[in-house]
Amino acid sequence: MELLNFTEQHKTYRKHFQKFLETDVIPHIDDWERDHMTPKSAWKKMGQAGFLCPWVSTEYGGMGGDFLHSIVINKELSWTNHTGLMAYLHSDIIVPYINTFGTQTQKKKYLPGCVSGDIVMAVAMTEPDSGSDLASMSTTAVEEGNEVVINGSKTFISIGYNCDLVIVAAKDPKVANPHKAISLYLVEDGTPGFIRGSKFEKMGMHSQDTAELFFNNCTIPIENRLGEKGSGFVMLMQKLQQERLMVAMMSVWAAEFALEWVTNYYRKTDTNGGGPSTSQAVQFAIAEMATDVMVGKNFVYKLAADHMEKKSIVTETSMAKFWASDMAKRVTSKILEMVGTDGLKQGCPVSRTWCDVQVYSIFAGTNEIMKTIIAKSMKL
Amino acid sequence: MEFELNRIQKGIQKAATDFAKGEFDKDLAMEMDRNQRFPMDLFKKAADLGFIGIHFDEEVMGGGLGHLETVLTAEALCRRDSTIGSALMLAGYGAECLMNTGSRELKEAFLPHLAEGRMLAGAQVPSTNRDTRPLAETLAAEKIHGEWVINGTVKDVINGQTAGFYCVLCRTDSDASPDKAYSLFLVERDMEGISVSESISSFGIRMTSIADLRFSNVRLPELNLIGKAGNGLKQQASFINQSRVLMAAMALGIGQGALDRSITYVKSREQFGQKIGRFQVNAHKVAEMMLGIEQARSLTYQAAWHLNQKKPDLKLMAMAKLAAIKAALEASHEAIQLHGGSGFCTEAEVERYCRDAKALEMLGGSTNALKNDIAAGIIGNIK
Repeated sequence: MELLNFTEQHKTYRKHFQKFLETDVIPHIDDWERDHMTPKSAWKKMGQAGFLCPWVSTEYGGMGGDFLHSIVINKELSWTNHTGLMAYLHSDIIVPYINTFGTQTQKKKYLPGCVSGDIVMAVAMTEPDSGSDLASMSTTAVEEGNEVVINGSKTFISIGYNCDLVIVAAKDPKVANPHKAISLYLVEDGTPGFIRGSKFEKMGMHSQDTAELFFNNCTIPIENRLGEKGSGFVMLMQKLQQERLMVAMMSVWAAEFALEWVTNYYRKTDTNGGGPSTSQAVQFAIAEMATDVMVGKNFVYKLAADHMEKKSIVTETSMAKFWASDMAKRVTSKILEMVGTDGLKQGCPVSRTWCDVQVYSIFAGTNEIMKTIIAKSMKL
Repeated sequence: MEFELNRIQKGIQKAATDFAKGEFDKDLAMEMDRNQRFPMDLFKKAADLGFIGIHFDEEVMGGGLGHLETVLTAEALCRRDSTIGSALMLAGYGAECLMNTGSRELKEAFLPHLAEGRMLAGAQVPSTNRDTRPLAETLAAEKIHGEWVINGTVKDVINGQTAGFYCVLCRTDSDASPDKAYSLFLVERDMEGISVSESISSFGIRMTSIADLRFSNVRLPELNLIGKAGNGLKQQASFINQSRVLMAAMALGIGQGALDRSITYVKSREQFGQKIGRFQVNAHKVAEMMLGIEQARSLTYQAAWHLNQKKPDLKLMAMAKLAAIKAALEASHEAIQLHGGSGFCTEAEVERYCRDAKALEMLGGSTNALKNDIAAGIIGNIK
């Protein structure tokens, strides 16, 4: 029995997307990685071709697909071995906030653009002094009449440079309980007082723009609040399940991609007159990695199936996120260790994968936070 | 048995630490890492202060000291900056071959250039799978009218682009068995017929050039033969073993540097109302980092001490590299994790330490090759 039931339609969609990647994405990746930037035109092309937010209903300009369409997109993207078009963040982590918590007006205003690629989204939670301890954030939002004034700074915001619309988490300074003080606001590009800082230089994920965002008396209409006032923390927690599941899946696919490469590498190069890999250490290491990937795939696909049935799998998702991201680090690291100098050269894509996955154990909640959640759920 | 460094060794350790503290600059390091530039000015300064060629003889302007003293220097420099430290400590890569077995004339002609900071040396990194990859990939040298004529390509040469001279292994006898078929030569960068490829753009030790050399009828006088003809593989192996101890020392410094930065961070960063170093799991991470580094340090010092006594222990040398790289990788990975999002960013430096540690692991023989050598030393031949 397959854990995920991809229909013919999903399979066709996958084929179309693979073709799109071949012509419109893969030829540009090395440039984007070198430039430390993916142009907005690439996002727009993705949208126009129907590959952003495939789950958005037709009412809002989407194709009315499901989570499996998202899985198709993100699996294929992860195998292009770059992170510039971080579709899962836009399509499957951030836009769902609008879909779930937005008003009719907000949905009508933004969702079609999110699908077409005219609007690329980011979410701003982390602050310089507030990382794992999200509730300690200090950005403020003061609601006065028909306006909201936002002040503060956010950091390590993925797609922070390219984004047209950002969901900002901010606190009402008058509310003492931090969990009840946070609300979410939609801030559009070009709003006075919304300033982008410089992009971060990072270990990996070079084609993906990570930036600081500043809000300096940034004033937005009250209609741009997302959901009830003070329900921000709850909304964030609610959406973190899908976010962490996505990261777990991205981790497994990254490991799977690296495994595929190294398997071919040894089939081709380690032939000292004999057949494939003559080194038992290599054979065993690859056997272990293949097992890791298999275990990971089964786990995350099972969770994806549960998630589609709307089951609450917060604990399991936390397990998957921490285990899979560590696994991706372990597998890519082992591969580079084995191939040695060859791994440092252009021909080896795993060096980029290794650099990129180092942050998977940090973002979307550090693995330490994942373990805290798991332990708590076990009443420890 | 004594676990104390002597007065001279302590002096060198302190001098290297002070030099790195005074001269290494973080912004400069980030810029040179980005642009793959070798720190030539620092190399000159380091040489002026005697940090290059510490274990070379004084006749060739070396320090006349031992390997342990080199180890202490490498550790101190890489601790302060993993990439600058690595570039400086690898600046003489391959010159050991010359130092160990070269003629007096050849040594005096080249080693002072290195020790005084005018020239870098270069040599090929050992191939990853020494047990499986054929040696035929090396160069061929033929003796014609009293001159050696070299042809072919040698891949993955450390300091390929930046070196003034290289020590290269050439096949000199196509009929002999491998242990007698190869010889080592010294080749100058400017000699006619040598072309150097662009440096590879790897993710680690980016201030050190790694490039391929192509030889087209390069003519060498007999003088440029290092040691005896036919002894090349043995000389090369001895150099590779020594370089493992150097790389272990560099890795130690990298691990310690990652730990230093982590200690500072966990004592200052607050989350959930307390310094993150107060969380048991984070404190234990720091403990594990230190544990790995201290274990590797013991092995590395021990391996270097044996070299100083002229009783090289091949197992120890391989184990030192294995342990030190492992410790450096674990420490730098945990350093990134402890730093959180900022750890993934270049500004915090620890990600660069991690990249450099990984590159050192990948260069100079895979861990499988190291384990092969260790096992061979323990088990010996099984009949």
